[in-house]
Amino acid sequence: MYRKMQSIRKFEKTASVFFAEGKIPGFVHLYIGEEAIAVGACANLRDDDYITSTHRGHGHIVAKGGNLKYMMAELFGKETGYCKGKGGSMHIADAELGILGANGIVGAGHLIATGAAWSAKYRGTDQVSVCFFGDASTNQSTFHEAMNLASLWKLPVIFVCENNLYGISVSQARHQNIQDISERASGYGMPSLSADGNDVLTVYEKVGEAVSRARAGEGPTLLEFKTYRHHGHFEGDAGAYRPKEEVEAWLQKDPLPRFESYLLDNGGLTEEELEAIRQEIDQEIREALEFADASPYPAPESSVRDIYSDLIEEARIR
Amino acid sequence: MRKITYGEGIREALREKMLENKNVVLLGEDVGPYGGTFGVTKGLWEQFGEERVRDTPISEGVIVGASVGAAATGLRPVAELMFIDFLTFGMDGLVNQAAKMRYMFGGKISVPLVLRLPAGGGISAGAQHSGSLEAWVTHVPGLKVVYPSNAQDAWGLMLTAIDDDNPVVYIESKVLYSQKSELPDKVEPIPFGSARIAREGSDVSIITYGKQVHDALKAAAALAKDGIEAEVIDLRSLYPLDKETIFGSVGKTHRALVVTEEVKRGGYGGELSALISEQCFDELDAPVVRIGALDAPVPYSQVLESLVLPSAEDIIKGVKEML
Repeated sequence: MYRKMQSIRKFEKTASVFFAEGKIPGFVHLYIGEEAIAVGACANLRDDDYITSTHRGHGHIVAKGGNLKYMMAELFGKETGYCKGKGGSMHIADAELGILGANGIVGAGHLIATGAAWSAKYRGTDQVSVCFFGDASTNQSTFHEAMNLASLWKLPVIFVCENNLYGISVSQARHQNIQDISERASGYGMPSLSADGNDVLTVYEKVGEAVSRARAGEGPTLLEFKTYRHHGHFEGDAGAYRPKEEVEAWLQKDPLPRFESYLLDNGGLTEEELEAIRQEIDQEIREALEFADASPYPAPESSVRDIYSDLIEEARIR
Repeated sequence: MRKITYGEGIREALREKMLENKNVVLLGEDVGPYGGTFGVTKGLWEQFGEERVRDTPISEGVIVGASVGAAATGLRPVAELMFIDFLTFGMDGLVNQAAKMRYMFGGKISVPLVLRLPAGGGISAGAQHSGSLEAWVTHVPGLKVVYPSNAQDAWGLMLTAIDDDNPVVYIESKVLYSQKSELPDKVEPIPFGSARIAREGSDVSIITYGKQVHDALKAAAALAKDGIEAEVIDLRSLYPLDKETIFGSVGKTHRALVVTEEVKRGGYGGELSALISEQCFDELDAPVVRIGALDAPVPYSQVLESLVLPSAEDIIKGVKEML
C-alpha cells in the first residue's frame, strides 16, 4: 500500500511539473493528498473487480494496478498511451484491470458502476464494483438514481465518497445542507458510514467490510471518507477560495508521512527500507517519462479510428 | 408468408436473440409483467423471467446509465424508454458515456447497448410524448441509428442491433406498432447502411424513413395517376447511411425530396438535403426540397396536430412544385 501511495504522489508531482512546463496539455486534476482512499480501497480488490473513477483519476488507476508508462504516455498525448492519446488525463481506462474509465462528467460513474455490478450479479460471478466520487457529485441525480437501484436490486457496488470539502471552488457548506454525506444512504435503506480518509488502514478496513458484504450478496454500501486535496481543483487553480489555516491544518494530516510513521513504529520497516522503495519509484517514474518522451504522437488517421468497432469515419473535406 | 405487426416484429427479434444469447437482457419502465407501454415486450417476462426482463424505477438516467455499465462488462442490454422525449433524462449516459467510451479509451471498451425509443406524433399525446429527435442522436459520433418502417425491417434490424458491438439507437414509430405486414418464414438480419427501395420510379426520389415511408408511398400512388413516377427510398438506417442508394436514385431521377417527421429546423432532413446537394449537384435539375413538421412543438388537438405534422398531401404538393 505504501508503494502505491508513493507511486501516486510521485507520478503526480512529476505531472504537475511537466504541466507547468507545457509538456502536458489540457486539464490535469491532481489527487495529491487523497492517496489513502484509492489505495486503501483498491487493496481489497481483485484484477477482475470493477472501478469507476472521476476526473481526478490518476490515483484510482495506479491503485488498481495501472501501468505508469502507459499513463504518462497518455498524459503526453502519445500513441503508446492507455487511450492512444485520445483520452488524456480525464479518460484513462484499462478493461483488463476492470477500470471502466476516469470520467469528465461529474456523477456519470455512479450509474456505470451500478450497471457493472448488475452485470456481475447477473452473470453469477462474485465480482464487485467500486464507485469513486466526490462530495459535490452527490448533488447530481445520478447519485440518487444509482443508490436507489443498487439497494433495490441488492447489487455488489461500494460507493466510495471522497469528500475533499470542495466542489471545484464551492465549499461543502455552500453546496449541500448536510455535513456527513453518509446520511444520504438512509433514504435508500443502505448501510453507510463516515470515516477518516487520510488513514489508509481505516479505509482498507472499512472498504474491506463493504466488499465482503457485496461479495456475499448482501448488497451495496455507502462509505464517506473525509480528505483534502493539496493542490487546487486543477493545475493552474491557485485555490484562493480556501482559507490558509484550513490548508495548513490539512497538510499536517497528509496521509503519506502519517502512514510512514505507522510503518516505522508498528510495521517493522526501517527508514532505509522506505527510502529504498521511494528510490525504486523514482526510477519507475524516470522510465515512464523516457517512454512517454520517446513515444510517437498518434498518426493523423487515428483521429477517425476507434469510434466504432467496425466502421471507419471518412476523412472528409471540411 | 404470414402477417404480423411492427410491434410483434420487434418482439420476435428480441425473443430470438434472448433464446440465442443469455447475455441479452431487457430493462425499462413497465417492460416486465405489464409488457411495455406499447405492448412490445408482452410475454417475454413470463418466458425469460425477472432477471432477464427487468422493470426499473421511473428513472431514465438509471436505465441508460446502468445499461452502459452492464454493456461495458459483458451484457447486451436492450433498454426501452417509454417515449423518445424522455431521452432528455438519459442523454448523458448515451451521448457522453456510451457514444464516447470506445474512442476515449483507445478502442479498448465496447458498449453493445440497444436503446429503444418510441417516437413520433399522430396520437394526440401532446408535445412531451410526440417528439421526433433523430437529429439529436445522428449528430453524435459513436452512435448508430436505425428507424424501421415495417414489421420485417423491425425484426431484421433488431437482430443486427443486438449483435452489434456499438451503441445502437433503435427508433420506433408509435403509430406503426399495430400495422401488419407480410413476412417470409425466416427473417434475416438486415445489415445497417442498406436502404430499401420501397417503390421504383423515374421522375423524383423521395428519401425518407419510418412512418413517412407510408405517406410517401401513398403520395407516389396519387402522383402516378398524374403520370409522375416517384421512387421511394426507405433508409432504414440513418447512421450508417446508404449513400450509394440515395445517390444512385438521384442520378436516375435528377430530383430529390427529403421527408421527415421532425421539425425542419436543425433536423436530420437538413443533413440529408445538404449531402445530396454537395454530392449530386451536377445531377440535380431542381434544388433539394425538404418536407417536415412545422417549427412547433407537437400540439394536442387533432386539428392542430395534423396541421403541424407532414402528410401525404404535403409530399404531393412538394413534388408538383419541383417539376
